[in-house]
Amino acid sequence: MSKKAFSILALLVVTSLLLAACGAPAASGGADAPAAEGDVVVAAGDPIRIASALVISGPNTDLGLDSQHGVEIAIEFKGEIKGHAIELQAEDDGCSAEGGQAAGQKIVSDPSIVAVIGTSCSGSGVPMAQVVSDAGYVMVSPSNTAPSLTDPAQAWKPGYLRTAHNDKVQGAAMAEYAYSVLGLSTAAAIHDGDPYTEGLANAFRESFEALGGSVVAFTAVNVGDTDMRPVLTSIAASEGGAPAFLFFPVFTAECAHLATQALEVAGLENTVRGAADGCFSAASAEAIGDAAPGMYFSGPDLSFSGDVYNQFAAAYQSNFGTAPISVFHAHAFDATNMVFACIEEVSVEGADGSLTINRQAMRDCLYATSGFQGITGSLTCNEYGDCADPKIAVYEIVDGEYVSVWP
Amino acid sequence: MKDRLKNLDLITAFLWLLRAAIILVVAWGTFKTLLSNPYTSRNWLDFIIFGIAQGSMYALIAIGYTLVYGVLKMINFAHGEFFMSGIFTATSALAIPLAASGFMDQHPLLSLLAIGLLSMLISVGIALLTERIAYRPLRHAPRLMPLITAIGASFFWQYYFRGLFGSQVRPFPTVAALQGSIPFLNTTVLKTHVLVVVVTVLALVALNFFITKTRAGMAIRSVSENKDVAALMGINVDRAISMTFATGATMAGLAGLLYALVYGQVHFFMGFIPGIKAFTAAVLGGIGNIPGAAVGGLLLGLFESVGPSLFLQGLGIPAFNQLKDVIAFTMLVLVLIFRPQGIMGERLAEKKA
Repeated sequence: MSKKAFSILALLVVTSLLLAACGAPAASGGADAPAAEGDVVVAAGDPIRIASALVISGPNTDLGLDSQHGVEIAIEFKGEIKGHAIELQAEDDGCSAEGGQAAGQKIVSDPSIVAVIGTSCSGSGVPMAQVVSDAGYVMVSPSNTAPSLTDPAQAWKPGYLRTAHNDKVQGAAMAEYAYSVLGLSTAAAIHDGDPYTEGLANAFRESFEALGGSVVAFTAVNVGDTDMRPVLTSIAASEGGAPAFLFFPVFTAECAHLATQALEVAGLENTVRGAADGCFSAASAEAIGDAAPGMYFSGPDLSFSGDVYNQFAAAYQSNFGTAPISVFHAHAFDATNMVFACIEEVSVEGADGSLTINRQAMRDCLYATSGFQGITGSLTCNEYGDCADPKIAVYEIVDGEYVSVWP
Repeated sequence: MKDRLKNLDLITAFLWLLRAAIILVVAWGTFKTLLSNPYTSRNWLDFIIFGIAQGSMYALIAIGYTLVYGVLKMINFAHGEFFMSGIFTATSALAIPLAASGFMDQHPLLSLLAIGLLSMLISVGIALLTERIAYRPLRHAPRLMPLITAIGASFFWQYYFRGLFGSQVRPFPTVAALQGSIPFLNTTVLKTHVLVVVVTVLALVALNFFITKTRAGMAIRSVSENKDVAALMGINVDRAISMTFATGATMAGLAGLLYALVYGQVHFFMGFIPGIKAFTAAVLGGIGNIPGAAVGGLLLGLFESVGPSLFLQGLGIPAFNQLKDVIAFTMLVLVLIFRPQGIMGERLAEKKA
């Protein structure tokens, strides 16, 4: 091999691997997804099958596993629907566009699946909403929060709903906390290019500026980056001065790097740090460790109450041997129960004990959900699938536990 | 002049245009940044220090790529996993229990030495195992086969260690003695960064001694010159190759410890990106050349750290820090266009031409 050919080959290899590492969103393969069959027929004695597509590997495992536990408890509590057991097929969304695409394709290739609970990450939700909707299936996400997913001008698809809050609400809550409660008037925001992080950072910026604060820097890092000191140094040297509040709604690994390294960058020693529900898990608290004081986390308000929640919490503890490890378990429980309510409503029993469920009827029923009483509140879906009763709280980490400080 | 223009083919002309364009963009961005000068001299010094610390780690990992390329003419894509395996094991099996028992606070130096040693031992073990099982049977196969095998080995080790220690991010315990920073010129340097640079320099000096002065080092060099002749001279080629892998993995294990100290977290996938970057550094410096790997690593770290602010900020690009990999790889392209053999890659040019 000549040296020139070698250099070209080396370059190609490097760039292709880098591209793969950057996680370029895969092109949608919706066109060759199987066409809508219309009806799912569950034979007598067969279980009703639903799928989950949550992140159950990698650094964000806690986020998805927590939701999957919520789904499993909902199935356990429900037991059966019209004499049919319920079976869960658990897939992994990988917290990436490719992962969402792959999990979606796998699910829609299985005609026995009635509905999907997922995804965990908005970045996986975008391609999966496309695949699932094109195939006529329906998905309810317990933890996608990116505003674009329920925006018809952006990523919304007709088979998509969610029980998680829209980040317009979360961004506004964090902005209000920083500006009004902490009294900080300058801020900076960092995202990682993922739809969830970018959407939330944008929502925060808009609300913070609307309140009268000024955003001195708005920038981004890459998923997988470890050295955050250069970007933090440029933020500290912003034209408007070092920000008093630094908001980085990114996921576990990058969030912990930013949280610890911000303390070591000249000019940011006194900056209050903020992150969001992507960095709200036992693993995140452990990774942030000693850097936790002076850092706040926005997330769904977990001060649930009521009999159902108490039973749920007890079941979680006894089944999985731990208190909930992240924040969307209740949303997942509610999402699963919404699906069950609709299965009960639209399924038709045949004379031979079979059950017929029409996919379009499933979708219509879920979109028509109104005043559904779940753990997270009273859920009513709007025409673009936003079903949450959004309540946001702000937390800090005390001795490794997230403790609510606001409202 | 006219004749030369006539002979200029389209692709050559395009390449020249590309070179000129890249240099123009870089120069224009630098000029604009310096004109608006958003940073103090202290900021610039900070960027350089961050770059040197990051680059030192790339350099240590790049040594492994370059050594193996030198003797086997193959790119060992599993090298990033050698780096990961050592420190991931040392953190999970040793550092976390040590910190929990309080031993680490009482004897920080002893603990770090033990963690570093375990990290290097595991890295070397994994490297030797990979070489013996995955590469040696393919030594006389066409060159693409070991390359693909290396990628497979890389996946194997990633998921093997994920199975062993889980997919979670594990925090590396903080070492109280290494917290804080010390004053340097008009800024301050983190103690961990000082440690990284000192350890890297010592490791490179030791490596140089090993390669040039010891019998094993000479065996490695002679095998990299010519395997057959080396064998005729009574050198055990298999042993020399194993020694090469072990040397590279020692450096990777050491880099793992430094990485854990600076970034404070480890996980099963942590070897992938540093591995790719270190491979880039090795190509940048001239693959097969040991000082080249060190220089390439250092330069790559500096480009990543200083580049976005220096070249891109002035152009008014939003979120310019996200483009640090673009800068690093543009620099690689530039260097390869002007010096296809890499910065210090003379030897390769003679041998491979």
